[in-house]
Amino acid sequence: MSEIVKITRVTGTAVPIRGNDIDTDRIIPARYLKEVTFARMGQYPFFDERFDAAGKPKAHPLNDPKYLGASVLLVNRNFGCGSSREHAPQALYRFGIQAIVGESFAAIFAGNCVMMGLPTATASASDIEMLMNTVEQNPQTRFIVDIDKKIASFGEQQISIDLPETYRSALTSGSWDSTTMLRARLDQVKKTASKLPYMTGFAG
Amino acid sequence: MAERTLYDKIWKSHTVGILPTGQTQLFVGLHLIHEITTAPAFDMLREQGMDVAFPERTFATVDHIVPTDLRTRPFLDAEAEELTKALEKNVKEFGIEFFGLDSPNQGIVHVIGPQLGLTQPGMTLACGDSHTSTHGAFGTLAFGIGTSQVRDVLATQTLAMDKLQVRKINVNGALRTGVYAKDVILNIIRRLGVAGGKGFAYEYGGPVVENMNMEERMTMCNMSIEGGALAGYVNPDATTFAFLRGRPYVPSGEAFERAVAYWKSVASDPDARYDDVVELEGKDIEPTVTWGVNPGQAVGISEKLPRPEEYSDPDGARKAYEHMGWQPGGPILGTPIDVAFIGSCTNSRLTDLRAAAKIARGRKVKAGIRALVVPGSAEVKKLAEQEGLHDIFREAGFEWRDAGCSMCLAMNPDKLVGREICASSSNRNFIGRQGSPRGRTLLMSPAMVAAAALNGQVVDVREYP
Ligand code: SF4
Repeated sequence: MSEIVKITRVTGTAVPIRGNDIDTDRIIPARYLKEVTFARMGQYPFFDERFDAAGKPKAHPLNDPKYLGASVLLVNRNFGCGSSREHAPQALYRFGIQAIVGESFAAIFAGNCVMMGLPTATASASDIEMLMNTVEQNPQTRFIVDIDKKIASFGEQQISIDLPETYRSALTSGSWDSTTMLRARLDQVKKTASKLPYMTGFAG
Repeated sequence: MAERTLYDKIWKSHTVGILPTGQTQLFVGLHLIHEITTAPAFDMLREQGMDVAFPERTFATVDHIVPTDLRTRPFLDAEAEELTKALEKNVKEFGIEFFGLDSPNQGIVHVIGPQLGLTQPGMTLACGDSHTSTHGAFGTLAFGIGTSQVRDVLATQTLAMDKLQVRKINVNGALRTGVYAKDVILNIIRRLGVAGGKGFAYEYGGPVVENMNMEERMTMCNMSIEGGALAGYVNPDATTFAFLRGRPYVPSGEAFERAVAYWKSVASDPDARYDDVVELEGKDIEPTVTWGVNPGQAVGISEKLPRPEEYSDPDGARKAYEHMGWQPGGPILGTPIDVAFIGSCTNSRLTDLRAAAKIARGRKVKAGIRALVVPGSAEVKKLAEQEGLHDIFREAGFEWRDAGCSMCLAMNPDKLVGREICASSSNRNFIGRQGSPRGRTLLMSPAMVAAAALNGQVVDVREYP
């Protein structure tokens, strides 16, 4: 993960998952958090909504063959609320999702996404509705989610999307995997720490 | 922009610099880790050949996955065993202090931080768990992070963060009897919405909060995240300092006096500026119960279940009714339950257990109801037993367990089955949260859970003097 990967745009078909306040327990049930690595998370997104207790597939966009291979996920309001589990974006990413466009995202979820190089962009409720209708009617529609220009487009149509400037900058400059950037300033970190009284046990 | 608030002061003193992305590099004073969200972070460190930058500022425990009854190793659940082993190996390899299963300090990470005095005012604190906001009760700037951020904290003791706005929430007047901190926070979430705190840190104040003890303040701050706020805090005061004095990781003697001086200095100034201010009246708050599938879908015990149209997302409310299997307009009072759970980082501390025991004393859990009490830490368990609370619970028909997260997220054997309905003192009523995809959760205060257990249905705790 040390080479720089700049993420400026994501292209591909899309899959809509409708509903507000979709929490990370729904995106990935807690029992899958028992795995020591993220390696198999791609098998589990929305597991309990996609399969019944006997393992039989249920109707769900992620099971629907017409959305197979989608790389853009369309969602509504406050997506990813609840638990901080990075397993949730990991599951979506490893399933094949490379960008999420929605009305709004929960804070920890969006932060987790950016650190994995998975852009989350917001658009107006009416634009999201229009995008969802478009893919539901024509799942083969190809989208371009341009992080750099903050535009999502398909065919002749364009809508404006948004994401925090710091996220946009991190993704497009390839510094979303922040460890290297943070570690470069360890001296500075030590200096800041030395000025905090609790770091020395409030020694006089 | 907010100014001269606790948030602003701590943010400023912990800022290392501005990163090329425009984010702030923020120093993390205390890092708490547990078995669930850390294994991949340590793997990433190993892959990249990095060490832990400040190993003495990270503390570890096991809570999420541990059984709360049979604790012999290896655990019956092979995955739980493997994950626990991974943490044990990682803390050893990287030199991190660990409160393992056999430690008297083991417990839910958000219970043991304050209990040990690790959590202190004027600090930044991070943990790979969204309820890290709990520690804000001490005037600590505390936030939940993901696994990649855990890796960053391990490798650098810093995070790349964006500054939040600050919303002051004043709870005025006083609470009525039978109304607890849990009811207050459920009402705040109900009023401001589960996404209402997006982009904000919540500062809780006003007479009701100022009169709360530390455990009540922790309950409030704990559920900030359920309101969409990444962090919540209460300004440190005499109550805070009295709680901290004498705890294992708190300095003593003159150093304690210096600590108090620092802690006082970080509180929001009287003329601090906030981005938003919200006022609530304590007397308006009733014992509160969630009826739906997110913590904002709550009603006072005497209210009728709301119509979907009363919500900004009527479709979401309709789906919630579908899952829960009840109708708008009906009462929440009298809703039957199958399981009663007293525990979780929201409400598993000594005062929570006392409040529940007061209701349970000399009474019996209704036949057919599965009821369990899971103390938040080994220390809480010990103190509760010294007071005889375990006997009260056991005599009433509650199971008395060892410390852990248990049925809050059901990663251990404590789970709902099928369509069971659980009266729960935890923090999330999400679909599937308590281990059954079809299970149902009613969030309420520990006293309300105890009263529901005795009656086999939701009742008004105020009828139990
Ligand atoms: S008790 Fe529940 S909410 Fe708290 S840390 Fe454990 S799992 Fe998370």
